Amino acid sequence: MTTTETKPDRTGAGQKWEPRIVGFLCYWCSYTGADGAGTARMKYAPNVDIVKVMCSGRIDPELVTTAFANGADGVVVLGCHLGDCHYINGNHKTMARMPLLRRVLEDYGIEPERFRHDWVSAAEGEKFARLVTEMTEQVRALGPLNWPERMRERGVGHGADLPPWGSNHK
Amino acid sequence: MSANGKLKVGMYWAASCGGCDISLLEIGARILDLAQVADVAFWPCAADFKYKDVAAYPDGYLDVCFYNGSVRNSEQEEVARLLRQKSKTLVAYGACACDGGIPALANYKSPKAIFQRVYHDNPSIDNPEGIEPQPNFETPFGAVQIPAFYPAVLRLRDIVEVDYELPGCPPQADRVWETIQAVVSGAVPARNQHVRVGCGQKTVCDECPLEKREVKITQFRRHHEYRPEPGWCLLEQGLLCMGPATRSGCGALCIKGGMPCEGCYGPAAAVEDQGAAIIGALGGLLDAATEERAQELVSQITDPTGRFYRFTTASGMLKVHAQGGQS
Repeated sequence: MTTTETKPDRTGAGQKWEPRIVGFLCYWCSYTGADGAGTARMKYAPNVDIVKVMCSGRIDPELVTTAFANGADGVVVLGCHLGDCHYINGNHKTMARMPLLRRVLEDYGIEPERFRHDWVSAAEGEKFARLVTEMTEQVRALGPLNWPERMRERGVGHGADLPPWGSNHK
Repeated sequence: MSANGKLKVGMYWAASCGGCDISLLEIGARILDLAQVADVAFWPCAADFKYKDVAAYPDGYLDVCFYNGSVRNSEQEEVARLLRQKSKTLVAYGACACDGGIPALANYKSPKAIFQRVYHDNPSIDNPEGIEPQPNFETPFGAVQIPAFYPAVLRLRDIVEVDYELPGCPPQADRVWETIQAVVSGAVPARNQHVRVGCGQKTVCDECPLEKREVKITQFRRHHEYRPEPGWCLLEQGLLCMGPATRSGCGALCIKGGMPCEGCYGPAAAVEDQGAAIIGALGGLLDAATEERAQELVSQITDPTGRFYRFTTASGMLKVHAQGGQS
């Protein structure tokens, strides 16, 4: 962690900026794998905030765009290996969604390195630890994304304050 | 309500094409019924009212004001604030006012890139001196002020509190009439910020008459290259139809006319990001056993972002391009 630069971030000027990555992990494989990494006391970057979901097929692309819109510097989506899905084919849906989602994020100017999906089985704690550390260093090299600030720069939310997330479209 | 017992109605156009104003006339002869109960107090497209006439009205004078178009410049914001003050009920009318609409596709570019294209690089432009419009300009005849161009396209609700939102590009005539009837009779839903009216709660698929055969998409096609088999779901035939991610209310009008849904009614209830919703839907529909195959299939979709967010860039989660979109 010697490469960390001092950059202002959303929590206050002058503080050391740390990448904040949201990880969506499926319950049956990837979360268990992450748990295994912890149980085995492997060392890995502490920058991923894990959201446990029942299946990677449940990860609506809106969850990913919402994470970025609310200030995540990176998002990682992890599911069971193809063929291992507890719900038979949930991860096949994830697999089919990811290329399109990646393309859309690129069109919004989000670097491809900020978004990653992979397959981590319950036995692959080591892979999880490696992947998270790699991803953290990639995002660290890119610097903060800070989407809320970018929106303010473009005057989005200008005038009346934006309605709180989740209150749209009743 | 005024002395003659009639409702005062206003209609304003901001960053829009004028189609919403026309769609109000699409209610046909029913406009005569409307004229019996309502007076037009402001409608720049159809009647000669000035902003100063509106400014002279007492606050809350307009019973209902329909605001169509998104907010692209300072004039549109100023009028939005004025109309909010003068209106009892302010309705965002049409896709642009509700979700940014077509104008909000400009949010993928920076204002600088837009000006470069419009005033310098456009092949039909002859501008050797490189003149760009300035908000304040001194002429020999006095100072000229024109509205300032905003860095992004905004929805009406980003500027003022909106009572109801009537989506659609343009809103479908029967839904407009139902909404007007509801307003006139007082049978409107509780006034709340951006409650959607004149639309359903489900998706266009819910009203679509075509048959789903539960087959996967093996190829994406463009509608000018392919004549779809009648009666069969267009999406399953490989035409990108926004139906699964789009709010119902239109009665699947385009699909009945042989065209895939373009998504103008915005996201379905409880969904924020229409583009993300169609990606979610497509995930279960692609005939792809490997990621390479999925990549190959989706690469057949031309301009996916522009098509997924065609009417809702300003309502999507991300709203603007990260770097201001120099490209």
